[in-house]
Amino acid sequence: MADVESPMAGLLAVEDLTVAFGRGSSAAAALRDVSFALRRGETLALVGESGSGKSLTALSIMGLLPTEGQVSAGRVLLGGDDLLRKSRDDMIRTRGSRVSMVFQEPMTSLNPVLTIGRQLTEGLQFHRKVSRAAADARALDLLRLVGMTNPEARLKQYPHQLSGGMRQRVMIAMALACEPDLIIADEPTTALDVSIQAQIIDLLLDIKERLGTSILLITHDLGVVAEMADRIAVLYAGRVVEIADCLQLFDAPRHPYTEGLLAAVPRLDLLVADGADRIRLAELPGSVPSPGERLSGCPFAPRCSLAIERCSAEMPPMRTVAEGHTAACWVRAAA
Amino acid sequence: MNAPAPALILDAVSKEFAQRRSLFGRPAAPVRAVDTVSFVVNPGETLGLVGESGCGKSTLARMILRMTRPTTGHVLVEGKRVDALLPSEVLAYRRQIQMIFQDPYASLNPRIRAGDLIGEPMAIHGLARGAELETRVADLAAQVGLSAAMLGRYPHEFSGGQRQRIAIARALAVSPRIIVADEPVSALDVSVRAQVLNLMADLQTSRGLSYVFISHDIGTVAYLSHRVAVMYLGAIVEIGPARDVLRRPRHPYTRLLLEAVPVAHPRLRVRRREVLPGEVPNGVGLGAGCRFAPRCPMAQERCRVEAPTPRAIDGTRLVACHFAEDTPDLPKGLAA
Repeated sequence: MADVESPMAGLLAVEDLTVAFGRGSSAAAALRDVSFALRRGETLALVGESGSGKSLTALSIMGLLPTEGQVSAGRVLLGGDDLLRKSRDDMIRTRGSRVSMVFQEPMTSLNPVLTIGRQLTEGLQFHRKVSRAAADARALDLLRLVGMTNPEARLKQYPHQLSGGMRQRVMIAMALACEPDLIIADEPTTALDVSIQAQIIDLLLDIKERLGTSILLITHDLGVVAEMADRIAVLYAGRVVEIADCLQLFDAPRHPYTEGLLAAVPRLDLLVADGADRIRLAELPGSVPSPGERLSGCPFAPRCSLAIERCSAEMPPMRTVAEGHTAACWVRAAA
Repeated sequence: MNAPAPALILDAVSKEFAQRRSLFGRPAAPVRAVDTVSFVVNPGETLGLVGESGCGKSTLARMILRMTRPTTGHVLVEGKRVDALLPSEVLAYRRQIQMIFQDPYASLNPRIRAGDLIGEPMAIHGLARGAELETRVADLAAQVGLSAAMLGRYPHEFSGGQRQRIAIARALAVSPRIIVADEPVSALDVSVRAQVLNLMADLQTSRGLSYVFISHDIGTVAYLSHRVAVMYLGAIVEIGPARDVLRRPRHPYTRLLLEAVPVAHPRLRVRRREVLPGEVPNGVGLGAGCRFAPRCPMAQERCRVEAPTPRAIDGTRLVACHFAEDTPDLPKGLAA
């Protein structure tokens, strides 16, 4: 893959990752040749709709694929180590220590019968072998870091005693406990109200700035992307279709799917514009293909207004269209 | 003079829920889920209801739909009090008002074919049968963008967007005047949302429908609404023309809510926006003052002792704030 930076340049390099569900002839590829790189201190957003494979990519990196899923090809390099070749025990030592994850639903990801303090110190004592007292002190610091009010009292509370926003702060504190190089945040604000979402976005931006943590942000929400991302990789039906800097992608998207997605979102700043009555939203016809559907060519071809014959026959490769900007489209990113 | 009569009127509607008694039987104060809400929706108009979880917007929808009774106040549909309908009038009322739910996976019976789902309301209301029913079902399906060939399929054979089209056709089957839509596109993929929103807009124009459109997504509300009502802890804090409310909010809660909406373009990023502090309290034991005062950056002594009553601002809207004139404008680039 010519357009992926050498693994040494970045913190994380995912190369040609292919994941299939099922066995033998009934195996269906849920991810195909997914490649992207994440630089140190950067926030890369993986953007996609249902079935795009964005969460599956995260689970593959963490070594947490469900048992029916298998990685059939590719590498996941974290600081040069291939995580896919690591033993189970090695992965246990890696997760939470070098890479950690913030999930969408803080209520189901926290253990309801353990205190916040216990959940924060568990990882520290396991990975860093620190004393109970040192772990407790660190837990208190972590709660302060994520802006919890009254942190001493929170340590003794249980998840159900906290609001959704507070629980997500605890999740973020847990993810930060061992100072990982990389945090994977899977829809971290989707379950939250707008005002709480803004608080969590600000917290993540603040943490990135202060600690230099790299973030792999997984989301379907282009607003969250516009707020947080340095670079963006767009996924569609298990494939990366476009990668670019955040501004570049919003200003000059090259893949027709990216263009369509950006145009389909109701924008507060445009819709309430002067005089005119309702502005019609641009529509993407059809819907996202279901995971089982086998498509020979470009998966977006059936919905694409620009599709030519070649599109449904052959998957276009990722091509460089501008500096740091690649797209997979026979029409818009032709050689 | 000859303004058309409103399709829907809410007249000082409140809903209280009793709380469980405490251990020693001391009766706890009831929770006011909806507090003295009044508005009208005119024919052909969309009223957008915006608010965070727990603000009472779904309870309000349930009262409009006669799924729960107001504790005080009245809901009037086409001039008739919904809570005082005779049993013989209920069917006629249901022909005037229909609902579209959030989750098209849960709201359609999985064992019934799409064509029958759409035809069922017409059969129940005795509007058509036999060949005429079939023609009307095919007609409706075409209006919402479903082909006749799809009508023999079961819900699981459709995508989320198509299911929501079935739900819309089903709601339209009895030719209602009003549709209450509770988060109708929230469960859909981004690329499919625009299709359903455009469809709802087209149907409103062609049929003169009134919508009560409930959503936490302010962009979506902005797209479909002529007027917007912002709810906080059970009460409407600001209501007026969508353009005015969303562009130049006068209630500090509306303003902070709009400021919290993620920007549409990375160029509009505002570092250190003014974040709405804290979270929505649970509505138990509201004090004497303004319900928003504990979180309001503008709150003064008066706000803590005297609840503001809604008053007209700029001649176009009602705002429940003592200091609405002092609310600062949104930062440039945000919202408008």
